[in-house]
Amino acid sequence: MWRTLDSGLARDIALVCVADTIVGVSFGAITVSQGLPFWLPMLLSVVVFAGAAQFMFVGIVGAGGNPIAAVIAGLLVNARHLPFGFAVNDVLGSGLRRIIGCHLMIDESVAFALAQQDPRRRRSAYWGCGIALFVCWNLGVLAGAFGGQVVTDTEAFGLDAAFPAVLLALILPAMRDPATRRAALAGVVIALATAPFLPAGLPVLLALAGVLVGLRGRKTDQEKEPATDEKADTTDQEAAV
Amino acid sequence: MTSASLVLAAVVLGVGTFAFRFAGPVLRTRVDISPRLERAMAMAAITLLAALVGTAALLDGQEFAGVARPAGIAVGGVLAWCKAPFAVVVIAAAGTAAGLRLLGVP
Repeated sequence: MWRTLDSGLARDIALVCVADTIVGVSFGAITVSQGLPFWLPMLLSVVVFAGAAQFMFVGIVGAGGNPIAAVIAGLLVNARHLPFGFAVNDVLGSGLRRIIGCHLMIDESVAFALAQQDPRRRRSAYWGCGIALFVCWNLGVLAGAFGGQVVTDTEAFGLDAAFPAVLLALILPAMRDPATRRAALAGVVIALATAPFLPAGLPVLLALAGVLVGLRGRKTDQEKEPATDEKADTTDQEAAV
Repeated sequence: MTSASLVLAAVVLGVGTFAFRFAGPVLRTRVDISPRLERAMAMAAITLLAALVGTAALLDGQEFAGVARPAGIAVGGVLAWCKAPFAVVVIAAAGTAAGLRLLGVP
């Protein structure tokens, strides 16, 4: 499996690991600085292993909020993993492997897997990214919880821009498909339009409705343009402009 | 808040998150899925990731995130579009956002 993890892919994953480790340090430090116990960020990072939900959770309990509210908010943010599971099912295997593989399902590992065409590369990208990030994220959080007061402001390093840039770079190749491009653009519009009114997590789930836009467009493409794919592609690009 | 309730809350969130992660593959292997639906599911994952990019780029919770972050991501996006190496894309995005903040741009 690791033989297909070529040096280029390994380097890209390593870069994401560096960025996420620093975010992990800040997560540990921020949690402890809110007066929460030092073991909480470490426990969350092992059992939840999903950055956005973890920040949400400690944000709520750190401000004196109800832990039940924190759990519900975290679950809402993490509900996107269900559709992710449909898309990366082929890399997981079965039995114990599938259980471990599911726990390694995060935005980055899914995005790295989907960016690969070859099934073997998909598998090694998913597992390589998932395992490396699990280790780095937990080590970062550990360091942050034990006196990482240095890194509480990740924005100063621009790391808040790094995470979306990583995902963007990984999904861009899939955007060459006109139907996927339409679906994604519609999804982004839906998420941005609803985000000011809805709790975190829900806008991203609503973005799934964008898939209907993608599929419907594909149907009309085929009905109206029985010509070559190439032609359908250019028409679509013109429409997008 | 007691330590016990914090541990319980963290574990419940962990179990619930795992249930979401596990449900997809389990449902997927139980149901026969047409190639068309299979394509739709790959499209759904890309759409979710795109929506994450959009909201993470422009919003901080429910507020506008400021200029530096979306500018950084835009620089990264253009470089990625021009097929720049992944490392260049990510470092340029972070560097642009950090640099703009150093200059006092929010």
